[in-house]
Amino acid sequence: MIAASDAVEEQIDSETEFGFWLYLMSDAVLFSLIFATFAVMSTNLAGGPGGADLFDIKNLAVQTGLLLISSLTIALAHHAAVGGHVARAAVWLVVTCILGAGFLVLEVRELTEFVVKGAGPDRSGYLSAFFTLVGTHGLHVTAGLIWALTLIVQTTLTQPGPRLLSRLSRLTLFWHFLDIVWIGVFSLVYLPEFL
Amino acid sequence: MTEHVSLLLGRLGPDALPFYSWVAFSGALVTLAGGVGFLAVVTWLGQWRALWTGWLTSVDHKRIGIMYIVLALVMLVRGFVDAIMMRLQQALSYNSDGYLPPEHFEQIFSSHGTIMIFFMAMPFMTGLLNYIIPLQIGARDVAFPVLNAISFWLTAAGAGLMLISLVIGRFSTAGWTGYPPYSGVEFTPGVGVDYWIWSIMVSGVGTTMTGINFVVTILRKRAPGMLLMRMPMFTWTGLCSSILIIFAFPALTVATGMLALDRTLGMHFFTNDAGGNMMNYMNLFWIWGHPEVYILILPAFGIFSEVVATFSSKRLFGYPSLVYATAVIAILSFTVWLHHFFTMGASANVNAVFGIATMVIAVPTGVKVFDWLFTMFRGRIRFEPPMLYTIGFMCLFVIGGMSGVLLAIPPINYSTHNTTFLVAHFHNMVIPGVLFGYLAGYMYWFPKAFGFHLDPTWGARSFWFWLIGFLLAFMPLYLLGLMGMPRRMETYGNAEWQPLLIVAFIGACLILMGIVCLVIQLWVSIKYRRALRDTTGDPWDGRTLEWSMPSPPPEWNFDAVPVVTTRDAFHEAKYSGTPMKSVPQPGTLHVPRNSVVGPCMGFGGFCVGFGAVWFIWWLALAGLAVAVGALIGRAFVQNTEREVAPDLGAKTT
Ligand code: HEM
Ligand SMILES: [Cu+2]
Repeated sequence: MIAASDAVEEQIDSETEFGFWLYLMSDAVLFSLIFATFAVMSTNLAGGPGGADLFDIKNLAVQTGLLLISSLTIALAHHAAVGGHVARAAVWLVVTCILGAGFLVLEVRELTEFVVKGAGPDRSGYLSAFFTLVGTHGLHVTAGLIWALTLIVQTTLTQPGPRLLSRLSRLTLFWHFLDIVWIGVFSLVYLPEFL
Repeated sequence: MTEHVSLLLGRLGPDALPFYSWVAFSGALVTLAGGVGFLAVVTWLGQWRALWTGWLTSVDHKRIGIMYIVLALVMLVRGFVDAIMMRLQQALSYNSDGYLPPEHFEQIFSSHGTIMIFFMAMPFMTGLLNYIIPLQIGARDVAFPVLNAISFWLTAAGAGLMLISLVIGRFSTAGWTGYPPYSGVEFTPGVGVDYWIWSIMVSGVGTTMTGINFVVTILRKRAPGMLLMRMPMFTWTGLCSSILIIFAFPALTVATGMLALDRTLGMHFFTNDAGGNMMNYMNLFWIWGHPEVYILILPAFGIFSEVVATFSSKRLFGYPSLVYATAVIAILSFTVWLHHFFTMGASANVNAVFGIATMVIAVPTGVKVFDWLFTMFRGRIRFEPPMLYTIGFMCLFVIGGMSGVLLAIPPINYSTHNTTFLVAHFHNMVIPGVLFGYLAGYMYWFPKAFGFHLDPTWGARSFWFWLIGFLLAFMPLYLLGLMGMPRRMETYGNAEWQPLLIVAFIGACLILMGIVCLVIQLWVSIKYRRALRDTTGDPWDGRTLEWSMPSPPPEWNFDAVPVVTTRDAFHEAKYSGTPMKSVPQPGTLHVPRNSVVGPCMGFGGFCVGFGAVWFIWWLALAGLAVAVGALIGRAFVQNTEREVAPDLGAKTT
C-alpha cells in the first residue's frame, strides 16, 4: 500500500514539474517579447539620457554577482533537501533570500536614482522599455522571495516530505530561470553601453 | 491629467453613474436587476449553502465546465444585445443621429467585440474542454483541479469587471483591439480603456493557466493504451489549442500591460511623442490575436469531427490527416499576424510573404472539410440538432474561407481594409465556425452532463433561425464593404447603404429568434426532463469513452479506468460484444476536496482590476494581498483529498 501511494505521489510530482516547465516556457515568451520591444525602442531616447549616461558598472557588477551566487546557494539548498538535511536546506534558503533581497535593494536604489535624476520611465520610449524589462524581472525575483520565505516557514513547521521537496525543486528551477533572464538583461541592456 | 484623484476613492465620483444617455442608464438598470435578482432568487430558495459547496468552491472539472458554459451563455445574451443595438442604429442613422449618441455607439462596438471574444467564446470553449476532455481520455480529473478553479474564477472576475463597467463609469471606445495612439491617455482619458485592459488581463492570466492545465492533463493523464493517435479529435484540437494559449497569451499580456503602463504611469511605449512606437502595439496584439482565432476555432473543428462521425454512424474519415492538419494550422497560425495590418506600410515583399502564408492555411483547412464530407459520404446520417449545426457550418464556412483568401491578397486588402467586408468575413468565421461548433457541442454533450436530452424540435428551430438570420445579417455586409462602407460607423450619408443595413437588421432579429429558441429549448427540456431522460449513458450511439459511463457521470468519472486498445475503442467494444478491459481498482478512490482558493483569487483579481481602473490603490493592493495570501494559505493545507468508495456493483449514481 505504501508503495502504491508513493507511486501516486511520484506521478503527481512529475505532472507538477511538467506543468511548471510549461509555465516557464510561457514566461520565457513574455520576457522575449519585452526584450524585443526593448530592442525596438533602444534608440528612442527622445533627447533624454541613454544607458551610457546612467548606468553604474559597479552597481551592475555587485547586482549580477549577488544573483549568480544566489543561484548557487539555492542549488545547495536543493541538494541538502534531497539528501534529507532539512535544517541545512533551510539555512541555504535563508542565504538565498538575503542575496536576492540584496539584489532587489540595489535595483530599487538604482531605479529611484534614475527617477530622481529626471530619467524616469516617463522620460522616453527607451527608458519606458528599460524600466519595464528590469522591473518585470525584479517583480519575478520578489515573487521568488515570497515563495522562498513560505518554504522556509514550511520546513520549520511541517513534516518534510516529497511535496516540500517538489516545491523546492520548482523554486530552484524558477530561480535559475530568473538568472538566465538576468544574463540576457546584462548582456543586451547593460553591456553594450560599456563597450 | 487634471483629474482629481482621492486617496480613498481614486477618481471614482458621482459622475461615474450612467446618466449620460437613457440607453446606457437602462442597460445599467438591467444589469443591476439581473445581479440583484439572482441573489434574491438564491436567497429565496435558501440555496446559498448548496451553491457554495456544490458549485462555487467545487474543483470538479465537470462542475467548473458547467459554470464556464453558464457564464458564456449569459455573456452571449449581453453581447448579442449590443449587436442588435448596433444593427438598429445603423438601420436608422442614414443622414440622422439614430438613437445612440456617438460615444455610446463606440462603447457598444467595443464591448460587443470584447465580450464575444473573451467572455463568450473563450469561456464556452474552456467549459467544453473542461467537461469533456477528462472523460474522453479516461482521466478522473484534470491534472491541477484547484488551478482549474482559479482559472475559472479569474475569468469570472474579468467578466465581472466588464459587466460593472456598464454601471460604474464607462467602457472603452477604442474597439476590441484598443489601438493606440487613440487608446492612449492623451486622446482617451477616463476609465473606459482601463476597464478593457484590466478585464482582459485578469481573465488572460486565468486562460494561460487553463492552457498549462490541459496540456499536462492530455499528455499525462490518459488511460492506459490511449496513445496519441488514438485520442478523439476533440481532445487533439483541445491539445493544440492549449499549446497555442501557452505561447500566444503572453503577447496579449505584454501588449495590454504596456498600454496600461502608458496610461497609468505616463510611459511612452505607444505614444505619438517621446520615442513611442505605436506600430509595435499592432505587432504584439496580433501576435496574440491571430493564434487566438485558432484557439477558438480548433476545438470547434474537434466538435464537428466528433458530431459528424457519430451522426453519420461511421468512423471519422482520414483521422491522421485531421490530426496533422490541426497541428499544421496551429503552427502556421503564428506566422501570419501581419495580415491584420497590411496597410501599415511594411514593404510589398513583407506583405507578400504574409499574404502567401495566410493563403497556405487554407490548405489544411480544406483538408478538414473534405475529411468531414467523406465521413458523411454513404453514412446513415441522423439529422439531430448537433448535426444540423455541423452541416450549416460546412456550407457557410466555405464562403468565409474564400472571403478570407481574398482578404489575404494585399492589393485587395488595401481596398477592403476596415470596411464591413472584413466585418462580414470574420463573423462568417466566428458564427458558423466557432459559435455553431460550440452550440453543436452543447446540444451533443448536454445529455451526458444532465442525464436528459435537449428538445430536438426547438433545437432545429434555433438552428434555422441562426442560419437564415446569419445570412441576412452578414451577406449584405460583404456588399456594403465592396461599396466602400467603413466599419464602426455611427451615422452615414449614403442613401444606397440603408436598404442593405435594414436587411442586416432583419437578420439580427432572426438571430434574436434563434436565441429565444435556445432559451425555450432549455426551458422545455427541463420541464419535460422525465420524458427526455437518457438512461443508457450512450444516447447517440457514440464512439468515444465519455459515452461509456452513466449520464451524468459520478464525481470520480470512471468506476474503473478502461484500457484502450484501439481508436474508438468504446464503439468497437459495443459492437464486437467483448466489453473493454479495465484497470483493477482499489476499493476506495481519492477525489480533491472543495477549496475556497478559487473564489478568493477571483475576488482578489477583481479588486486588483477595479482598483487599477479607478486608481484606488489601496483596493488594488488589498486584492493582491488576498490573492497571494490565498496561494500561500493553500500551500499549508494538508488534507486536500477525501475518500470515496464507488459502489462497483450498481451502475447508476
Ligand atoms: C450573434 C450575432 C452577431 C451580430 C448580429 C453581430 C454584429 C456585429 C456588428 C453590427 C458589429 C459592428 C460592425 C461595425 O464595426 O460596423 C460587430 C463587431 C464585432 N463582432 Fe459581432 N455580431 C454577432 C456575433 C459575434 C460573435 C459570435 C463574435 C465573436 C465570437 C463577434 C465578434 C465581433 C468583433 C470582434 C467585432 C469588432 C468590434 C470592433 O469593431 O472593435 N460578433 N458585430
Ligand atoms: Cu489573422
